[in-house]
Amino acid sequence: MIVFIIKRFLAAIPTLLILITVSFFLMRLAPGNPFSSDHSIPAEVLANINAKYHLDEPILTQYFYYLGGLLQGDLGPSFRYKDFSINELMAQSFPVSAEIGIWSFLVALLIGVGCGVIAALKQNSGIDHAVMAFANLGMVLPNFVLAPLCILLFSIYLNWLPSGGWNDGAWPYLIMPVIAMSTSYIAQIARITRGSMIETMHANFIRTARAKGLPMSHIIFRHALRPALLPVVSYLGPVFVAIVTGSVIVDVYFSTGGIGQHFINGALNRDYSMVMGVTILIGTLTILFNAIVDILYAVIDPKIRY
Amino acid sequence: MVIRNSILTGALLSLTLATTTHLHAATVPAGVKLAEKQEIIRGGGSEPATLDPQKIEGTPGSLRARDLFEGLYNLNGDGDLIPGVAKSYTANDDNTIYTFNLRDNAKWSNGDKVTAHDFVYGFQRAVDPATASPYAWFIEIPSITNASDIIAGKKPASSLGVKALDDYTFEVTLERPVPYFVKMTAHQTMFPAPKKVIEKFGSDWIKPGNIVSNGAYKMDEWVVNEKMVFTRNTHYWNDAETIINKVTILPIESPAVELTRFQAGEMDVSYELPNDRFKQLKRDIPDEVIITPYLGTYYYQFNTTKAPYDDVRVRKALSYAIDRDVITKFVTGVGEIPAYSFTPEIVNGFNPATPDYATWTQAERIKKAQQLMTEAGYGKNNPLKFNLLYNTNENHKKIAIAIAAMWKKNLGVEVKLENQEWKTYLENKKAQNFEVARAGWIGDYNEASTMLDLLTSSHGNNDGKYSNPKYDALLNKAKTMQDPSANYNQAEAIAIQQDMAVAPIYQYVNKRLVKSYVGGYQPNPEDNIYTRDMYIIAH
Amino acid sequence: MFMSSKLQTVDALISTDADIDGRSLWQDARRRFFANHAAIASLIILACITCISLLGPLFSQWHYEDIDWEALSDISLLGRPSIESGHYFGTDTLGRDIFVRTMQGGQISLLVGILGSFVAVVIGTLYGAISGYVGGRIDNLMMRFLEILNSFPFMFFVIILMTVFGRHIFLIFVAIGAISWLDMARIVRGQTLALKNKEFIEAAHACGVSGLQIILRHIIPNLLGIVVVYATLLVPNMIILESFISFLGLGVQEPMTSWGALISEGAITMEIAVWQLAWPLAFLVLTLFCFNFLGDGLRDALDPKDR
Repeated sequence: MIVFIIKRFLAAIPTLLILITVSFFLMRLAPGNPFSSDHSIPAEVLANINAKYHLDEPILTQYFYYLGGLLQGDLGPSFRYKDFSINELMAQSFPVSAEIGIWSFLVALLIGVGCGVIAALKQNSGIDHAVMAFANLGMVLPNFVLAPLCILLFSIYLNWLPSGGWNDGAWPYLIMPVIAMSTSYIAQIARITRGSMIETMHANFIRTARAKGLPMSHIIFRHALRPALLPVVSYLGPVFVAIVTGSVIVDVYFSTGGIGQHFINGALNRDYSMVMGVTILIGTLTILFNAIVDILYAVIDPKIRY
Repeated sequence: MVIRNSILTGALLSLTLATTTHLHAATVPAGVKLAEKQEIIRGGGSEPATLDPQKIEGTPGSLRARDLFEGLYNLNGDGDLIPGVAKSYTANDDNTIYTFNLRDNAKWSNGDKVTAHDFVYGFQRAVDPATASPYAWFIEIPSITNASDIIAGKKPASSLGVKALDDYTFEVTLERPVPYFVKMTAHQTMFPAPKKVIEKFGSDWIKPGNIVSNGAYKMDEWVVNEKMVFTRNTHYWNDAETIINKVTILPIESPAVELTRFQAGEMDVSYELPNDRFKQLKRDIPDEVIITPYLGTYYYQFNTTKAPYDDVRVRKALSYAIDRDVITKFVTGVGEIPAYSFTPEIVNGFNPATPDYATWTQAERIKKAQQLMTEAGYGKNNPLKFNLLYNTNENHKKIAIAIAAMWKKNLGVEVKLENQEWKTYLENKKAQNFEVARAGWIGDYNEASTMLDLLTSSHGNNDGKYSNPKYDALLNKAKTMQDPSANYNQAEAIAIQQDMAVAPIYQYVNKRLVKSYVGGYQPNPEDNIYTRDMYIIAH
Repeated sequence: MFMSSKLQTVDALISTDADIDGRSLWQDARRRFFANHAAIASLIILACITCISLLGPLFSQWHYEDIDWEALSDISLLGRPSIESGHYFGTDTLGRDIFVRTMQGGQISLLVGILGSFVAVVIGTLYGAISGYVGGRIDNLMMRFLEILNSFPFMFFVIILMTVFGRHIFLIFVAIGAISWLDMARIVRGQTLALKNKEFIEAAHACGVSGLQIILRHIIPNLLGIVVVYATLLVPNMIILESFISFLGLGVQEPMTSWGALISEGAITMEIAVWQLAWPLAFLVLTLFCFNFLGDGLRDALDPKDR
């Protein structure tokens, strides 16, 4: 196991390097640049700006310049938020999204797995359909509809919750973002859990356990849940990364100042260093959580070896 | 993101030199009872690219800078000069040397005095290539000595024609007389810069905790993409007349999201309002919907380098066939004024002759348009086909769909809509990689040349490459004229009545939601809004 | 007499016997599927929605790009759903008929959803199964490649795709398909890892069945349950992702539309013209629910352990 972890850690370096290299060069293929605007800037002024951000140098030089900064942990200056460096912006926005994300993840996991297990045990009954219909509601309502609906209901009509802002994560500001973020994942987790739980319940070892007359709760928690969660776990790895790196919809509707908007707006604004920063963050988290998922596989199913 | 022009608000270069003793400060009418809590929440558009006065570009930055900083002079909505840090100024006989007398009680928020040296430093900083300000050219416009050479890297920043004669006397030397120079000092590029603080913190000086400001407010908190909080700067020279204690500015780009904040009671003055909701809001809260003219024109640009858009008949036909009343009444529907000429009506001291087609009925216009199309060789069997380029935005989309339908219905023209994201759109427009494109321009200053210059052959934003030597000559001559309005009138007539270089569609408006308990909100064409003028009425 | 009747019984016995022998896995699955009423109902409703999307526009006097200039003057009154005006579902803020636009949007959304999911499922299943079954260095490389694609700045990919190749609805499928198979591949690989240690795979291996044969004949059929569930999850994801891309101005081009685009437009006006949101949303919700029940039905039917 330890060898496996070391191996994965070493493999992460070339993976990240490829990711950085491909992203860096690909980004420059998009038309426009960070400083193009509809108010044309005189050539001399533009030259000074480009010189300041090293955009006047050959792209290969810029690439090595970027890598050099990266080695020292410097993600470079933002082209869009000129008063801040990417490090500062990410240090401020990532914790916001991570907090919303972790809560959303827990909510989605608890409700999703709960719904999935109940539905599986009562397969094809009214309860099955009712529980799954409830879980699916979240998926069929896109979050760009759900978010304004929540605001309309909780902030404007009922006046219970603030309509936006973050205020260092005070709980009234957290509720609606978590609702908007978690609902679509509830449905997906519930469905995967249900499917896999049904398969597991039909497996021979469960039949044997039932034949032996073991109590149902014992069968579910001691025998069925673990193997049934295997596909859920492999689904959760990337989902966890997606959920903690935020959503542009949540950031826009609730003005939370999270990192989700940076990935999309960074691309639209051609804020190269911002997109690189977020890409590296997502890449690192993806590698990390895939490794964790692989380790979990081995924990859940001892037959899997690496 | 409706208007993506970076805007030089505050720079009012009109030639009228009014004098007034009125100061910028909240004036509460008698009988109005003020609220206990003097705090305001304002919509701030998008998050500004920077707050550094010398580097600010775009309205979101200007809006915040007006609360934090103050220059030599301020301007009110009518373009009148109002003393700021300067009490008065004198100019030499040929208007090339200006001497400003600064007040001795102006202070930074850390208690340091605002001196002439801070202005020298600020001006030099703006042109210094090391600052890399996108607004460096603003110092070139009034031809301050050596500005151009410094920007081009030929001379050091210290050679700029600005001098501190003593702590409270600031002198500026121009290369040629520019009568509107004093008005330009109201713009943030010419604000003072706190030398000690900037030298201590470098580019980090603008961050909360480091920043000092000389306006009515100082920075308390700045959370990117969430909020900016300003509190009263007790060292401000006119602090006694400031009423509001705390300003929160929310960077919300989407007008729909802003509206929810306003409805939930979490915003007092918005930045915009969503067009689709205007009619309902006007019905439900008529007192809180404030629509005022704004200095700009929305228009469609023809690529005159491509056939058949080099044919004036085609351009005219397309322009005539647009029913501007339908667009402004039903498609945008927020009270925009239909535009038949390029320069908006509210531009100071400019009354252009109305082009003929403005006086016709729509039926007459369509008839004429059909006739022109036939003359140009297009008809049922040979319909004109082209792509209409616009950038991603709900409003641009609706207008494009409606106009495409009008063209199709009246002229049989087949239009393919081409929606592109902002930077791609800019790139294609700049490279003349379009046929007809949506465009808009917000005036940099309240004078006709701010619009008309745009159509001169050499202008960097003349993406349609319209070119008429007569037009260029008229505007070139206007630069040195005492009263250029005759030239402006002629130029306007050439561009639209004769050549239809672009198809004007409507004149912009400022649309804003303002709670009824906010007093002192004074809308104006350039949107110079200062929080220090406002107050909260007891409610 | 006696003999003949006995023969008949034997005949009958033989024929039933033959019947049992001849019932393949697929016939079994079909039988189980048709026994699932929720799934059948969903299938019928989906078929209806598809038909309406294709044929509905024929029953309206309006075309999806026509502007009703009269209704445009007062949308909140003249744009309401009404039979007389011919706007069965009302109009959008530009006076265009929501009924016809919902139908036209349905064509795009269903196409994006189904085609995109199909591409993702095929690539994802094969990729994941191969990676999991082969294992070792190849598995490692294939998974690292997934990680790179997963973290890739997708928006830039879309922007570049649009600018290099111009805008075409087909490119939207490519863009969407290009990222959507990643999760599928990961899930399939995880399941394959668990499966490949099972006795029947080892048995097949011992019998000398080739690797590809094992993957296609033994691994993938056993994965079908989870694949089908995930595929039906993908359809709504595709439809919503398409609307997000449209929302950013990179998706389907006006005057064409999609359900997602209609819904994001309708969401702005839901307080004043609720029909602009309600109709397309109702269609989307109904479709997605049906896909879910259909997916569950298929999964139950295809479960090889469920006899």
